[in-house]
Amino acid sequence: MDYRFQYGVVWDNFDALLEGAWLTFQLGVLAFMGGLLIGLAGATIKSFAPQPFRFLVDAYVVFITNTPALIQIYFLYFGLPEVGVRWSSEACVLIGLILNAGAYLTLILRAGFLSVRRPELEAGLTMGMSILQQVRYIIVPHIAKSIYPAVANFFIVILVMGTSIGAIIGVDELTGTAINLSTVNYRWLEYFSVIAVLYVILTFIASIGLALFGRWAFRVKARIF
Amino acid sequence: MPHLAVNGVRAAYGTLDVLKGVSFSMEKGEVVALVGPSGSGKSTVLRTLVGLTPASAGTVQIHGNTIDFKSAGAVRAARDQMAIVFQQYNLFQNMDVMRNVTLAPIKIKRRPAGEVMPEAERLLRMVGLAEKKHAFPDELSGGQQQRVAIARALALRPQILLLDEVTSALDPELVNEVLDTIRRLAADGMSMIVVSHEMSFVREVADQVVFMDQGEVIETGPPKAIFDVPKTARARDFFAKIIRH
Amino acid sequence: MDRVIEQMPRFFASGNLNLLVEAAGLTLAMTFVGCLIGFFLAFLLVYLRQTPGRWAIPLRLVCIGYVEIFRRIPFLVVIYLVLFFIQTVTTDASLFTIAVVAICIYATAYTADIIRGGLESVPKTQIEAAQTMNLSRLRTTVTIVLPQAWPVIIPPAIAFAVSFIKDTALVSQIGVFELTFRGKELNNQGFSGILVFGTIAICYFLISFPLSMLGQYLEKRLATPRGQRRARSIRNA
Repeated sequence: MDYRFQYGVVWDNFDALLEGAWLTFQLGVLAFMGGLLIGLAGATIKSFAPQPFRFLVDAYVVFITNTPALIQIYFLYFGLPEVGVRWSSEACVLIGLILNAGAYLTLILRAGFLSVRRPELEAGLTMGMSILQQVRYIIVPHIAKSIYPAVANFFIVILVMGTSIGAIIGVDELTGTAINLSTVNYRWLEYFSVIAVLYVILTFIASIGLALFGRWAFRVKARIF
Repeated sequence: MPHLAVNGVRAAYGTLDVLKGVSFSMEKGEVVALVGPSGSGKSTVLRTLVGLTPASAGTVQIHGNTIDFKSAGAVRAARDQMAIVFQQYNLFQNMDVMRNVTLAPIKIKRRPAGEVMPEAERLLRMVGLAEKKHAFPDELSGGQQQRVAIARALALRPQILLLDEVTSALDPELVNEVLDTIRRLAADGMSMIVVSHEMSFVREVADQVVFMDQGEVIETGPPKAIFDVPKTARARDFFAKIIRH
Repeated sequence: MDRVIEQMPRFFASGNLNLLVEAAGLTLAMTFVGCLIGFFLAFLLVYLRQTPGRWAIPLRLVCIGYVEIFRRIPFLVVIYLVLFFIQTVTTDASLFTIAVVAICIYATAYTADIIRGGLESVPKTQIEAAQTMNLSRLRTTVTIVLPQAWPVIIPPAIAFAVSFIKDTALVSQIGVFELTFRGKELNNQGFSGILVFGTIAICYFLISFPLSMLGQYLEKRLATPRGQRRARSIRNA
């Protein structure tokens, strides 16, 4: 193997990579937050709403979780302009990831909802709580601790797997930046090995942050490894 | 020369000293009973002998051959000569009775199947479970599983059989069938070290009783002597509490 | 919308349909082969990770490190890394091979945790009993631990493979002629994005949904004690 590694170029452009990492992080956080709201709404509907709405949520979840995120994003990116909507690559990725995350988080949160026992919910009802209040005051505090690991883990998934898909349609997050830089001087292996390390570091920081947050907010002993 | 001599064996779990220098010896064909309150380290002595708990100091001699437990080879040699029956039977759940009994003799001791299979059937007959040889452990009662575990241990042809509270996990009505099996083994001259709470059984079957407390051997002696006229205060306390019921 | 309807006859021409069916087959083949090999490699990794003794600490760290690292790198990056790495060594490797290698590397990391969980779910007392009979670690793992760990390992392993079918879409980036690649191709030829990617999405759905239902069914059947006995009788038959 006579490939000579030249990491010099990578160090020269390191700040571009860091900017890409920052975009990755922002996308991840925003997509996750959006997905969390959808997930909460979806789980609430599945638990409390009448049949037609429950079916709609099921259809949404089943369809999203059985099709690739890339196809979902391609659908937005190539399909929307045909109906006159022209969103940027970043917007397509963001909306696509939010919808994607929403489906998976609906599943996770719904599992959490199911673990709350009926009598507690009925107690809330008799006190005159609306559905939203039941969710907020009874369900969420109850399950926050037990579903936190699954939810935190899903954030890492979105951060790593989800955002990198953006590179395919030209978003300059970490992977996209690496692709751009590589096409300039063909140091693909160097750039990609470096961003691999950056991703690992990024996720470790996120894992530690989530573990600490979990410990502070919910007294969860979340694993880092 | 004693069949088995345990000299000053120490063991620790982390910083906690579980065995603080245990010594005793036994002759061939003897039944030694280890008794004492919970946490006295009786089970740990057995676990140390088969290398499940590492000994931090001390030696063990079998027929004069010293085993130092520092090397893997020594532990293997010890396991070759001693077989243990556990409180929770620990039969291999994914195999039937016959395979449980014959697996180690055929694969590890490398004895021919033509020799092991009939012997396994004889052992199962001896413990009264010949007709269950193709049953799986989850189809057997606790007492039956324990008897299979005894047969499995005997199939290894050990010099010394170790029995770790083998009736403690059983429902009362199943205890006797296991005790009967042990009685028969004792009568046949099997060297055994028995850890048990069944005091009347110990009194009847044991040749030597070793009383332990907090990781040390407090007193040893024949059952009559130690049960009726214990020399030390701690032994007196223990046996007084036992005998009352 | 009218554009979509107008294009449909041309789109659903037999030539295109053949390509799509072939592409779907490729998607399934990649996933199946990659995950199967990855599964065996993962088992090896977990076995090595459990090697006792102080001398084995570096080996154990390597095994742990592999899993922790490759679980945190995006699959797209793994694909590119494998592509560039292999191409600096040889130009003979087919794109399909490169894709399968990338899938293997990824699947090994993810399946290792599933296998480890399964092996650790077998009570330690089973292993202790085997140790006191001088059974070797290999024999203990293969004849005593694994048979009892299968029901815990198989359902999540299958669920992983089924969900990986969707991740293979990223392989389109290096030119493998699977579903997503064909979709992009058709879109480049001028077919409506809604039509193309809607159809591709449905293709993936038709593959993924029945398989995931099958996986869930298998999980329910294996979870009951009767199921475990059934699994055992199938093994011993």
